[in-house]
Amino acid sequence: MINLELPKKIEDTRALLRQFAEGGFRPLSRKYDLLEQKEMPQELYDLAKLLGGGRSRMESGDGAKAKADTRGENRNANNMSMVVSSAELCWGDVGLFLALPNVGLGNAAVSAVATEEQKEEWGELFASMAITEPGAGSDSAAIKTTAVLDGDEWVINGEKIFVTDGYRSKQVVVWASLDLKLGKAAIKSFLVPKGTPGMTVTRVEHKLGIRSSDTAQIVFENCRVPKANLLGNPEIAKTAEARKKAFGGVMQTFDNTRPMVAAQGLGVARAALDLTLELLREKGIELDFEKGYHQMSAVESDLYDLEAEYETARLLVLKAAWMADNKQPNSMNASMSKAKAGRMGNQVALKCVEICGQLGYSKAHLLEKFARDSKIIDIYEGTQQIQQLIVARQVLGKSSSELK
Amino acid sequence: MSDTDLLFDLTPTEEQQMTREVIRRFAREEMAAAARAADEAAALPEGFLRKTVDLGLNFMPIPEALGGVGAGRSPVSNVLNIEDLGRGDMAMAIAALAPLSVINCVMDYGTDAHREMVSQALATADFTPAAMALMEPGIGFDARSLNTKAVVQDDGSYVISGAKSMVAFGPDARLVLVFADTAGAGTQGFLVAGDTAGVHFEKEDYMGLRPLPLFSMTLDKVALPASARLRDDFDIKRFVSLCKIATAALAVGTCQAVLDYVVPYVNERVAFGEPVSNRQAVAFMVADMATELEGLRLMAYRAAAQAEQGLDCTRIAFLAHRNAIKYGMKIGTDGVQLLGGHGFTREHPVEMWYRNLRALATLDGMLLA
Repeated sequence: MINLELPKKIEDTRALLRQFAEGGFRPLSRKYDLLEQKEMPQELYDLAKLLGGGRSRMESGDGAKAKADTRGENRNANNMSMVVSSAELCWGDVGLFLALPNVGLGNAAVSAVATEEQKEEWGELFASMAITEPGAGSDSAAIKTTAVLDGDEWVINGEKIFVTDGYRSKQVVVWASLDLKLGKAAIKSFLVPKGTPGMTVTRVEHKLGIRSSDTAQIVFENCRVPKANLLGNPEIAKTAEARKKAFGGVMQTFDNTRPMVAAQGLGVARAALDLTLELLREKGIELDFEKGYHQMSAVESDLYDLEAEYETARLLVLKAAWMADNKQPNSMNASMSKAKAGRMGNQVALKCVEICGQLGYSKAHLLEKFARDSKIIDIYEGTQQIQQLIVARQVLGKSSSELK
Repeated sequence: MSDTDLLFDLTPTEEQQMTREVIRRFAREEMAAAARAADEAAALPEGFLRKTVDLGLNFMPIPEALGGVGAGRSPVSNVLNIEDLGRGDMAMAIAALAPLSVINCVMDYGTDAHREMVSQALATADFTPAAMALMEPGIGFDARSLNTKAVVQDDGSYVISGAKSMVAFGPDARLVLVFADTAGAGTQGFLVAGDTAGVHFEKEDYMGLRPLPLFSMTLDKVALPASARLRDDFDIKRFVSLCKIATAALAVGTCQAVLDYVVPYVNERVAFGEPVSNRQAVAFMVADMATELEGLRLMAYRAAAQAEQGLDCTRIAFLAHRNAIKYGMKIGTDGVQLLGGHGFTREHPVEMWYRNLRALATLDGMLLA
């Protein structure tokens, strides 16, 4: 039965996280945006503990089963909870959200395949994900970092950039090729604990936004890790067809993560809209959803548009997550949600700055920060244009060699 | 959040799925295939309205005691039906569904006598034309303060005067549900027989929706008994929202028709030695079209589901309607653009959809979800 409201359980969690975002994140927002420090803010670390290991458990998959709400065939499970939670925490602050140890982008990749002994050995999980290189961004199959087996150890060499949490994380999940000649299929991921000789954080970026989250450059020089640190299947597929399938499996993880990143755009947009509406209320402007289109001022008209764009993006994200929860192939919908929410988040935040004039531009309010933070959501986890490519290929029935 | 604590779900019920299959086939065979000829002739295909009766839609919301199916009022089912018929042809969809909208409104806000009368008059073996008349001539009318006035007389009867526009079927309408301003009680609905003294119709001509017979309606001191008025608790706010939802659903169906048409076209059309869809400038336009259409569909579904659950759907209906106008027109324009000069000719349907989609901004109160 068609229903697009959230079930009570998820709605209750959302309400709790809103309190956390408002009481925990917001008071720190401006401080760490200005500080742009590399070290983990201790008070954020305390907050993360307060938020509990619940989120890590949810991500590990064990929690997903416990959280799943199933009626008949229909499930509202981990993916739905995650997009709603991410949006709510990002309403508070995207940068601080990203800096939370339990949000480490590599966590899921590790907990999905690690053995109990490895989990014990690696300790508390805060894993960053190192994929992008100076010469390979959206085209992640073109990476040049290599891993060569020497006895019982992998020897990793290469250079990674734009690693979110790369400086503060306790482990790094790095993508490297076992054989550059074999292309995509030879790309595997490896867990490298911090302190491993040969792995050095060489630089921390200065950025437009999400400044409270660190973004690092990491260099691997004859960095050796145990053979068992290769995450997943170590075999390289033999045939071209099998190789294609193997990389497809890697890319499939994006079908789950893209709606979650898209949800970050929802959070920032809602935050910017809420603040804008609050500031406008003082000027006597209130939204009236019964108003005729001919009775609106230009500013009001803009606001209704922003609300409409926000709600539309939100439903696209919820649908993509719902499909993932119900094991429906959602590659196209995941990309639709990311394309729309990334674009929308940035447009809404920028427009809110414009509508609020001097107050929007001033550091006295957070609107200018929302506008800076929102831009990256339209870029990472696949740029808007990459998402358009994926959607277009699916709609038009094209291969990646036909539509480049 | 609903009281019944439903899960988020995009799966239609089994009945809805079965109905969709029937309606989609009907839309393909009886509507899409005949749409161009009907547009050129500015007339509905011969026998089309009669065929719509077999879909049984008018009988769904009518209680069994009154000869109907007793399926209850379902804005979600209505949205799915409007979408699927709109995919066939927007003008034909409005014509087919106009009487059902009168039935739905009377089921919502009519007295027992109204329900019985309307069931007998409109749930018939032959198609019986009927329409709602909310809109008024001019720019930007306001459903909450209409210029058509219903003045109550000493004996409780009413005298209505004013002008309406875009009334489907005009003089052929057996019943017209006219909305008028009553001093004190705001907008109220009145059931008026098409041949009532003082009612005059004049044919209107529009850039699109050409097969749909649309008329202006003038009411010159039309005397109506007190019993012609819908119940006192007529909820103009909810009514307007349900109309907006219906318009959004029409947009979804028509935009889907545009997407269905341009995809094979850009895949087959060759320029510079390869299909034009191999180029990002074309492919991204199609991707955005598909994305915005999907978003619009979800907005329409959400508003309808809210209405069905008795939740306040005002905000989402308003926003869905706004985006229906915005993206309906965008997709209509892009559909023509993607076909280039061919899109501008009447050899292809995209110019027709371009004209029809421009009606979205002005379809207030023609259909009810």
